[in-house]
Amino acid sequence: MTENLLIRIEDLDKSFPGVQALRKAKFDLRTGEVHALMGENGAGKSTLMKVLAGIYQRDSGTIYLDGKPVEIHGPHGARALGIGIIHQELNLMNHLTAAQNMFIGRERKGRTGILLDEKAMNKAAAEMLAALRVDVDPKVKIGDLTVAKQQMVEIAKALSYESRVLIMDEPTAALNDAEIEELFRLIRDLRNKGVGIVYISHKMDELKRISDRVTVMRDGEYIGTLNTAEATVDQVINMMVGRPLQNYVRSGEGASQQPVALEVRNLNQGRTLKDINFRVHKGEILGFAGLMGAGRTEVARAVFGADPVDSGEVTVLGKKVKIRIPKDAVAAGIGYLSEDRKRFGLALGMDVQANTVMATLSRFLGLGAFLKNKAMAVVSDKYIKTLSIKTPNQTQKLKFLSGGNQQKVVIAKWLLRDCDVLFFDEPTRGIDVGAKFEIYKLLQELAEQGKAIVMISSELPEILRLSHRIVVMCEGRITGEVSAQEATQERIMQLATQRSAK
Amino acid sequence: MNNVLKSLFSANARQKVLAFASLILMIIVFAFLSPNFFQMDNLVSIMLSTAVAGVLGISVTFVIITGGIDLSIGTLMTLTAVMSGVFINYWGLPIWTGLLAAIGFGAVAGAISGTLVAKLKIPPFIATLGMMMIAKGLALVISGAKPIYFTNYEVYNLISQGSFLDFNSLVPGLVIPNAVVIFFGLGIVCSIILNKTVLGRYTFAIGSNEEAVRLSGVNVDRWKIAIYALAGGIVGVAGILISSRINSAQPALGQGYELDAIAAAVIGGVSLSGGEGTILGTIIGAFIMSVLINGLRILSVPQEWQIVVSGLIVIFAVYMDILRRRK
Repeated sequence: MTENLLIRIEDLDKSFPGVQALRKAKFDLRTGEVHALMGENGAGKSTLMKVLAGIYQRDSGTIYLDGKPVEIHGPHGARALGIGIIHQELNLMNHLTAAQNMFIGRERKGRTGILLDEKAMNKAAAEMLAALRVDVDPKVKIGDLTVAKQQMVEIAKALSYESRVLIMDEPTAALNDAEIEELFRLIRDLRNKGVGIVYISHKMDELKRISDRVTVMRDGEYIGTLNTAEATVDQVINMMVGRPLQNYVRSGEGASQQPVALEVRNLNQGRTLKDINFRVHKGEILGFAGLMGAGRTEVARAVFGADPVDSGEVTVLGKKVKIRIPKDAVAAGIGYLSEDRKRFGLALGMDVQANTVMATLSRFLGLGAFLKNKAMAVVSDKYIKTLSIKTPNQTQKLKFLSGGNQQKVVIAKWLLRDCDVLFFDEPTRGIDVGAKFEIYKLLQELAEQGKAIVMISSELPEILRLSHRIVVMCEGRITGEVSAQEATQERIMQLATQRSAK
Repeated sequence: MNNVLKSLFSANARQKVLAFASLILMIIVFAFLSPNFFQMDNLVSIMLSTAVAGVLGISVTFVIITGGIDLSIGTLMTLTAVMSGVFINYWGLPIWTGLLAAIGFGAVAGAISGTLVAKLKIPPFIATLGMMMIAKGLALVISGAKPIYFTNYEVYNLISQGSFLDFNSLVPGLVIPNAVVIFFGLGIVCSIILNKTVLGRYTFAIGSNEEAVRLSGVNVDRWKIAIYALAGGIVGVAGILISSRINSAQPALGQGYELDAIAAAVIGGVSLSGGEGTILGTIIGAFIMSVLINGLRILSVPQEWQIVVSGLIVIFAVYMDILRRRK
């Protein structure tokens, strides 16, 4: 098999000030294969690939291309060697068209040599997109395309440099299932044409669907490589976290006998939400499933008073409440943990303590204006212990904590407000596999303590694992509700794609 | 046809259409309120007073589209005017060479701003604030804080005030000053640079997503310097226009012009967050500012209130930009 090795990386070291990001890392890639690269956040996957793509320079080690050692000088050099990379954060210019994006840095000029030849670029871009069977008009501005289409453009751009190696860093992070299917179709096409593809992902189910081999990294080191067909998910997880994870067993099946904590009736909001009705009991985890853009986040935001609604009635613990702004919702005992905790949930530059008491600051005031430091310290210490937040101390700034621990601080903040109903919007997005299980456990404990939990998630396995009941949405409507017992991926996907007749 | 309609009503074009409509509306209102407004010599005077601010607006349009800002254009204009005096009056360079040297001087100053921003990573606001003060000081130092008169060079005054588009015989009073012709000519050239050349493409691209351009293998720093240099060169043109109009380089003049120019760009739909804007929009924006001032003056509104009204217009324009972005 060694004769068709496209890339071989040996003993690669890379350190940044204060961290050894890669330690004797190795990796190889064959022509015409999809090679998954897995590992927790900080395992060094992205760093390794950025070295390969010329964005970082290695400290030591060797990279072989077609068996010959090569030096990669910058992104330009990588491209010249046929190595292309699709970053997790798409690197496109929203104000430019698809064709202008694809030709950035190598614009075609007309006969004068000064003016740009837009027509030629549009034509060439159209041909490249057509060759990939991607349906995008080269003259459309990138900002007007869906994320999925943007990604296709980026792939077309990378391939137009005659790439033989294509690195994709978590390409499905923002895609819905139909779009993922389309992306996989494209990846398979490329594989059949002999392109070697490195596929970085967190998602276990994708591994089986798309990859031929999988390499696992942990703490900057190479752990091992498996043929995907022979590997089990548990095996890969074990390699990633370095310890076996006990599977969580769902409990609290009797939750539906408990009183109703939150009832939402007849919620309407323009074209985004149509006639939304649901209830969640105390001690229950209600899952909200659906494709991206189905309106799940919008439901949470509408109930929470973050967006105006046309109509709707909210009852909390039997009492009708009027919610016009988030403050009303909080007063009624509803908490909302945003999907984008960095933007809406936390002050990253402030410390653990300050973030924990952020929503309850009025309780820690002496003489109406002075902060009671001791009381705040006691409270934040309590939550650091009960939620096992991993931080050296409570004056650690949030930006230095991992995603999982940041999420726990958000949870602490809302627990301190004594909320009865908690909306969790994508609670494990951007969180390591190991920490995910801790968040799951936490959600379950909260439910056992009698909180009502609404969990919005795009990861079906997560919804299936945790929810007692699952509400499925499509195009702003609730298309069905299934109990934990009867829920399967197929059933939910069927409901999630049940579009209204037009 | 459909495409034309669509592009007319696209978010970007809407601001331009809106700006143009408000310009027309303003002209109609002023024409009704005062018979003096629509006099040919008043219209010519509006055009003349728009020329300098408009040229500066064109200059800053490039920089704002990259996501930057240039506060130094007002005082740099003065400095290039002074340098033009030095080159022509003191060094005795032939007039055309002197003019080119003044424009080149502006371009070099722009390149320095660009280098501060691109290489030293100083935020454009601060870098150009520093350049603004440096230019102001140098203008005073070099001129000895005294005006430089071009009285020995009759032709210098004609650059701005002369007219080879003299339609006086057809329409009495319709004598279009060269400054206006230069302003529009520069507008056309810059519009082509912005929309049809690589430099223009990178201007938009850098303002849209600088990191993406860098990762595409483009030497972003070098292009940024080039863009600031172009902007500086255009400022040099403004310096020539203003000094030729008053036939002297006034070293104390200039500060405040940068704000009018930025206001013109923003009113014309150039987005302060970068990536969007047109030369035509900026030109319309410059006209809105000067028609407003001129109209208010004709209606005998005190100058102090004229300034207040311009401030309100700028805030309104930026708010429109924010509304547009929210969609």
